[in-house]
Amino acid sequence: MKAFSLIHILDRGAVLFLVLLGAFAVAIPVLNLLVPASSSLHVSTYLVALFGKYVCYGLLALSIDLIWGYAGILSLGHGAFFALGGYAMGMYLMRQIGTRGVYGNPVLPDFMVFLNWHELPFFWYGFNHFIYAALMILLVPGLLAFVFGWFAFRSRVTGVYLSIITQAMTYALLLGFFRNNFGFGGNNGLTDFKDILGFNVQVETTRNALLVTSCLALALGFLICRAIVTSKFGKVLVAIRDAESRTRFLGYRVEAYKLFVFTLSACMAGVAGALYVPQVGIINPGEFAPANSIEAVIWVAVGGRGTLTGAVLGAFVVNYAKTYFTSGVLAPYWLFMLGGLFIGTTLLMPRGIIGTLKYGFDQRAARSAAAEDGVETGAAPPAATPHAAE
Amino acid sequence: MRSFCGRITALVFALGLLVAGAGVALAGPYEDALVGFTEGSLSDTGDAINKVAASGNPLAAQLLQAAEDARLMFSAAQKKVFIKTKDDKLLDAATGKEFTGTPPDDIDTVIVNNRLRGIIDAVIGSLTLMSPNTNQRFDAAQAVFKSREVSALPALDKALAAEKDPRVKKAMNEARAAIVLTDKESSDADKIAAIAVIRDRGDQDALGLIDGMAAGQPADVHEAAQAASAKIQGNLAIWNAVQNAWYGLSLGSVLLLAAIGLAITFGVMGVINMAHGEMVMLGAYVTFVVQEFIRTRNPALFDYSLAIALPLAFIVSGAVGIFIERTVIRFLYGRPLETLLATWGISLVLQQAVRAAFGPTNKEVGNPSWMSGAFDLGGILITYNRMWIIVFTGLVFVALLAMLRFTRLGLEMRAVTQNRAMAAAMGIRTARIDALTFGLGSGIAGIAGVALSQIDNVSPNLGQGYIIDSFMVVVFGGVGNLWGTLVGALTLGIANKFLEPFAGAVLGKIAILVFIILFIQKRPRGMFALKGRAIEA
Repeated sequence: MKAFSLIHILDRGAVLFLVLLGAFAVAIPVLNLLVPASSSLHVSTYLVALFGKYVCYGLLALSIDLIWGYAGILSLGHGAFFALGGYAMGMYLMRQIGTRGVYGNPVLPDFMVFLNWHELPFFWYGFNHFIYAALMILLVPGLLAFVFGWFAFRSRVTGVYLSIITQAMTYALLLGFFRNNFGFGGNNGLTDFKDILGFNVQVETTRNALLVTSCLALALGFLICRAIVTSKFGKVLVAIRDAESRTRFLGYRVEAYKLFVFTLSACMAGVAGALYVPQVGIINPGEFAPANSIEAVIWVAVGGRGTLTGAVLGAFVVNYAKTYFTSGVLAPYWLFMLGGLFIGTTLLMPRGIIGTLKYGFDQRAARSAAAEDGVETGAAPPAATPHAAE
Repeated sequence: MRSFCGRITALVFALGLLVAGAGVALAGPYEDALVGFTEGSLSDTGDAINKVAASGNPLAAQLLQAAEDARLMFSAAQKKVFIKTKDDKLLDAATGKEFTGTPPDDIDTVIVNNRLRGIIDAVIGSLTLMSPNTNQRFDAAQAVFKSREVSALPALDKALAAEKDPRVKKAMNEARAAIVLTDKESSDADKIAAIAVIRDRGDQDALGLIDGMAAGQPADVHEAAQAASAKIQGNLAIWNAVQNAWYGLSLGSVLLLAAIGLAITFGVMGVINMAHGEMVMLGAYVTFVVQEFIRTRNPALFDYSLAIALPLAFIVSGAVGIFIERTVIRFLYGRPLETLLATWGISLVLQQAVRAAFGPTNKEVGNPSWMSGAFDLGGILITYNRMWIIVFTGLVFVALLAMLRFTRLGLEMRAVTQNRAMAAAMGIRTARIDALTFGLGSGIAGIAGVALSQIDNVSPNLGQGYIIDSFMVVVFGGVGNLWGTLVGALTLGIANKFLEPFAGAVLGKIAILVFIILFIQKRPRGMFALKGRAIEA
């Protein structure tokens, strides 16, 4: 009973996470901008952009953990929401190029001039305003998730069926965005960005600012997720994950819960994509590839699903490993490692890194508690294990 | 000996005289026409070509072919014409005998231009119209239909009168009609009759011919042409639909082949095997290895390469499948989402392993002779490889159906599909069934790979291209019933091909995906869902 009262929005792990994230957000810009390049502590601008990318992946992983770890919805199409947010940001950045493009057209992006278009398509209107673009970053993925989820959850599409159709969704979008006449730059996507809010995206200060913004977004996303999962709403989500029918029979509107959390998660993924695009400098249809979405799921599995912090950790660890191995002589073996990671995590460490650590702590705490007042409570109570989704 | 030789020489000499005499005696239109080639002007050559063709001399075809290939030589001084054979011998064009003397000093090639070549093509066509070989006559009639050379008309009429074979006769009639329609001088009544003939032909060529008729035709001819054009277009639309249905059937059979193994494993075990596409890929690589082996050891067996590869592919993919089941999947039962992730990992490993072993590029897999080529069926072209794949898919489907229906293993598989706990309670070793089912599903994927190697690029990414479509088939068709997979695959294949002409390949595919996403809302367990009262979770 005492343990329950300790669960606030911020437990020990959450505070630790936020502190670490804050330290990271301060340390990297300081080491990049203030420490001279000759110093061994200097962090290169390349690394700043790389870390910024990881933070965005962390936010994407967080959004997946919210629905998979807590509501049992395995989306294999979350990359689609990420990419849609990215495209919304990319469209804003394209409009900021103005006359500095190769063709110097003040309104039309280069690829449209190249395709011999004369007018801006209607869905590009308004993207020259940042506020509008920011709205779209939330709205487009959110709306798609809402419509998709409304159909899917209402007809009780669950489990692998849901996974498969989310994969079909991102695949359909992939095919669509590859088309030139779709109006999003086709195969090449959107690139050659110049300014964001009047700041040059290439310079160091902007890159550091983007990293800090990404960290803030991650922190905000984390707080939102914590608030949800520690509330009564979160308890219902876990109930849905562990016994969907039973929860429904108890009178909860399962569809509504799932729909809300799915839509929120898609918005978070959209924000992650939007912050990702200016840091990597390009968005193309490859981001919609089903493989990307599945890879994002494995970050969560590695870090530990149903832990939030684990998702972010997983995103960092796996992506750092990817960067490390794909750039060296070990590049041909990276896919073996990634494949092995999928197999190994599911077989040997289903709780993930954080989940396993937590499980160990809980076990020890339970044992010591049992040793203290062993007479009163009898045997050690079974530790709350993150039960499999189905 | 000497006297014998002398006698032979005498005989040859006498024969030569006889031939020469005959040549002189029979100096007819052919020999007269030959003179035209010695004038050196294009118009005289043109006249000569027509005259030679009209002469009916058996040498005419050979001579005209030589003219077309710039192998016809002439000597203006001697007024003689020679045919240079392909192996550089000179023949006397008048007699067809080899020319043994020294060639005249002023020997030169008869010049032909493109206009004359056109005439030659047409008249050669009309010459072979009388050939004793039916196929040659048919080809000649087709050639005349294409060239529409008015000068071929007399020859065509003559051939028509003599023709017995109905197929050739029809082709000749069409050729004649084509000429009539092109000829400005034919009468209106003839034209209307010709339009009727062409209308009955009813293909793209016929449509082009009628639509291409010169403007300013009299009203009734114009009307007939309009009506015929509309009729042909209607006809073509029907054939087009048949063609689409055929392509759809072909695509559907490929999808069925790729998805059927997936449907079995998903039906029995509730496991989505993301590595299924890689089993298909392994099957295709087995075909490649078998063909390479045959190429280096015994090329004569090449036509049997697929027959050899089929059982091997089944064994290789099936064995890999059973290995995966025993080492990974059996530890994940009851956790379908994690199985999905683990099998995705397996698919990455398999792809990379094949890439490491065979390289990332496409591998060349040949078609055996009986799978190459195509034939016409009515208005559509049917390639043998597509046809055999449809037949093969049908066989696999029937075999699988029979296996599920009539064998012990099939019975046990169906029992486990319907109610795992009850089947186990009745003494079925469900773990063994799982392993065998997984092996069977993977093995079928392997033989699908053998078939797909014939129509698709064999590369490490082969399986990726089919996996999402296969999922769609399974999800659409429903599990636990192979008929659902069949209907699902054919529906998706045919719908895809019918959407393509309107929407383009990519939009058609998107439309199908959106349709399935919406369909699954209506029937979350597919078209042919298992009925039962169990509630999951």
